[in-house]
Amino acid sequence: MNADPIVGRAVPRRDGPAKVSGAASFTAEVPVEGLAHAALVCSTVAAGEITGIDLTEARSAPGVVAVMTHHNAPAIRIAPLLITLRGASFTRAPVMQDARIRWNGQPVAIVVAETPEQADHAASLVRVGYAPAEGRLVFDDLKVGAPQPDHVQGEAPAVLRGDAEAALRTAAARVDQVYRTPWHTHCAIELHATTVAWHDERSLTMWDATQAVTHSQATLAEVFDLDPEDIRVVSQFVGGAFGNKMMWSHQILCAAAARLARRPVRLVLSRSDVFRVTGGRTRTEQRVALGARANGTLTALVHEATTTTGINDGFAEQCTFPARVLYGADSFGIDQRVVELHTPANSSMRAPGESVGSFALECALDELAEQLDVDPLDVRAGLEPAAHPTTGKPFSGRHLLEAYRLGAERFGWARRSSTPRSRRDGPWWIGHGVATATYPYTRMPGGRASVTLSADGCATVRTAAHEMGMGTATVQAQYAADHLGLPLDRVRFEYGDSRHPAAVPAGGSAQTVSIIASVVAAARALTAELLHLAAPDSPLAGAGAGADDVEMRDGGLHPRDGGPGESYAAILRRAGRAELAAEGAASPPTETAQHAMHSYGVQFCEVRVHDVTGEVRVSRWLGVFDTGRIINPRTAASQFRGAIVMGIGSALTEETIFDERTGRVLNASLAEYHVPVHADIPPIDVAWLGHPDPMAPMGGKGVGEVGMVGVAAAVANAVHNATGRRIRDLPITPDKVLGL
Amino acid sequence: MIVINGTPHDTEITDPRRSLLDHLREDVGLHGPKKGCDQGGCGACTVLVDGRRVLACLTLAAQAEGRSVTTVEGVGRDGGLDPLQEAFIEHDGFQCGYCTPGQVCSAIGMADEVARGVPSRVSPEIGAASFDLSPDEIRERMSGNLCRCGAYNGIVAAIEETYLDGPR
Ligand code: FES
Ligand code: FES
Repeated sequence: MNADPIVGRAVPRRDGPAKVSGAASFTAEVPVEGLAHAALVCSTVAAGEITGIDLTEARSAPGVVAVMTHHNAPAIRIAPLLITLRGASFTRAPVMQDARIRWNGQPVAIVVAETPEQADHAASLVRVGYAPAEGRLVFDDLKVGAPQPDHVQGEAPAVLRGDAEAALRTAAARVDQVYRTPWHTHCAIELHATTVAWHDERSLTMWDATQAVTHSQATLAEVFDLDPEDIRVVSQFVGGAFGNKMMWSHQILCAAAARLARRPVRLVLSRSDVFRVTGGRTRTEQRVALGARANGTLTALVHEATTTTGINDGFAEQCTFPARVLYGADSFGIDQRVVELHTPANSSMRAPGESVGSFALECALDELAEQLDVDPLDVRAGLEPAAHPTTGKPFSGRHLLEAYRLGAERFGWARRSSTPRSRRDGPWWIGHGVATATYPYTRMPGGRASVTLSADGCATVRTAAHEMGMGTATVQAQYAADHLGLPLDRVRFEYGDSRHPAAVPAGGSAQTVSIIASVVAAARALTAELLHLAAPDSPLAGAGAGADDVEMRDGGLHPRDGGPGESYAAILRRAGRAELAAEGAASPPTETAQHAMHSYGVQFCEVRVHDVTGEVRVSRWLGVFDTGRIINPRTAASQFRGAIVMGIGSALTEETIFDERTGRVLNASLAEYHVPVHADIPPIDVAWLGHPDPMAPMGGKGVGEVGMVGVAAAVANAVHNATGRRIRDLPITPDKVLGL
Repeated sequence: MIVINGTPHDTEITDPRRSLLDHLREDVGLHGPKKGCDQGGCGACTVLVDGRRVLACLTLAAQAEGRSVTTVEGVGRDGGLDPLQEAFIEHDGFQCGYCTPGQVCSAIGMADEVARGVPSRVSPEIGAASFDLSPDEIRERMSGNLCRCGAYNGIVAAIEETYLDGPR
């Protein structure tokens, strides 16, 4: 431990100079000798069979090296789902193994040529015949009687406590509404890119823009029936992912095509491919019904959600999770249903479930507050449960009331007008809204890390995880420096390569704490090694010390009882060692067995709504978060802000539009799918409480996702406060505001 | 011949369809300009051609013949970073860093436009010789550069601080 901790300091990003100067190398930029380039041909129907593929023209186009279809693709086994922790896929759809079409945009051929232009051109010459079948495409027809999934992210699809419907009928105050959110697409600015070089028939290297290095390696091993040891996956800088850069068909196809072409092959998806080949966030339809007494306490909390997946996929979006944890109620009626559609698979997108689920729940609470004529923040505070309301587990740490208080003061919530449509500045109606945020703490099993000490007293920490903007390299170096008792500039962090010890995927805001737990284990193993090495003439030798009797500080090992210690460099020098390495596996994540562990937050927003055009502008924002200890205030603030920005997009502009007749994404470009731009985003104020969670490694909980939760609801509630219009259907576009 | 970051390059343009972006990335080996859409929708490929910001994905390499192209690799000074780049680091104006080279080049081009009196939708007075680089002006003029990580606040702060005393 460092006496003056580095954890908690706003250290600048280690990769900053590389990123601002163009020196940071992303996947599509890796130099590979003899590289050929690939392009995909994708289905233009949503369901049916391929009747024939004419490759005559494509094969004779200039520069073409190989064309692969289901006729000549190698045997490829089904990719393991991410949820199994044995792979990184969201779909069990076979990859180019048969003539069947499962969604509009499914790859049906891959063309390899000398240049990207030649590959694109040849791909345009592939003629595919289809026998289209009636697809499952119309959500509103299929949602009736939709089945329950087996589980929702490992939890029961339904939670029933008492008779919520009966309680609703007799409640003094009641809200019973349906809320809808559309499909979303992640839209990381870096296009998905992958490059594959086979070394022989059974071994390969894949450079991939992925947020799951180790699990991509495992997926490739499974689908091609190879030994994971013979597969190397490299992924250093990832240009944004948000849950989407997992294992899709394109990496598998690129690998198969490289084997067919007997050349290294690079595939960079086009922007429209990103929308159609990979999956986004499901649309949702959610009923929230609240029954309350006159004092605002809940007699019933009903949250029923229907989401979608592709055909035979497995990801039921956990929209009802906030309703399971946020508020106390006498009875609960929670239920999730899933509709299978001929669309790309549903995938995790920033704060999966909670972001869109909280839109329904937090809008409904606002409606209840209005009905009761109580401040919406006070209604929430009055529902604060003593223990997890549906599991009964004690909370490990929950400081929502403090966040409400701090936020209300900082935002000036008391100055809000409780009467809708009562504040105006010229043509702009002004309104304020609030919503609560929550996101579960998770720590995935299976993470490993190594720590190597060198004779000059420096340490190198290695793990296979990648960097996609969370600041992994920076915060992990901070943590390791403190843990090993070294100055920050003596700690290196190497990552993004499956040759390093296995990492968990970046997901569920779980990666940072998972790596920390691995580093703790590696440091412990290293301590044992050091004690073993310490020669009889070492000051440590006499201490008879075990790993528990010494501490890592001041660049060496020191007995806890205060006796003389020795520096790492001295121990290594005495032993004649150039370096010493130890590896450790993170302890099993048992902390969640006994405790309900979550991040929390509260979002405050001010909007201006144009009287004539119905345009909504977000003019002010504050998010206050309860996410445990913050390792680096600078990178954490950026994560919170970035999540709020994505939430504002979901509130006002973002919608992936599927044509219900053809199943085709109609707005598959950044010109037509509107993510927030500079002009949409005001200065965003963020604050956090910083109370370490007593059960989490180092007291930290995830920060990457909770920032998006509650954002859309806060905007919708503010729009209601500004205009008197309740919009229960995202995005809040001008036509809806004007009631057209 | 294209002058790239001050050095004349005779690199062959291998395919007439080749965009300036692909030429820089694939033929010249400069990976600073990024490809985020290849269709003018994201701004990640922004470079300066004769000092003006352009989208390299919508520019044919052949169109750059005889011109001077500056990429993010060429904006630094005396072997170090430009103050704007330093300010991006200081204000954490990025996360994944993929949009960053485009944001940096775009900001440099934008500051020059402001200095030349090119108005924007939010400029108070059309026809003025130049404009103050207020946060509103920056947000409006930078809106062609998307950042999905949502680092907008940091980017605006970095630009504002750098050009406090007017564009250089
Ligand atoms: S790559 Fe040129 S604008 Fe997106
Ligand atoms: S920093 Fe990731 S897109 Fe801007």
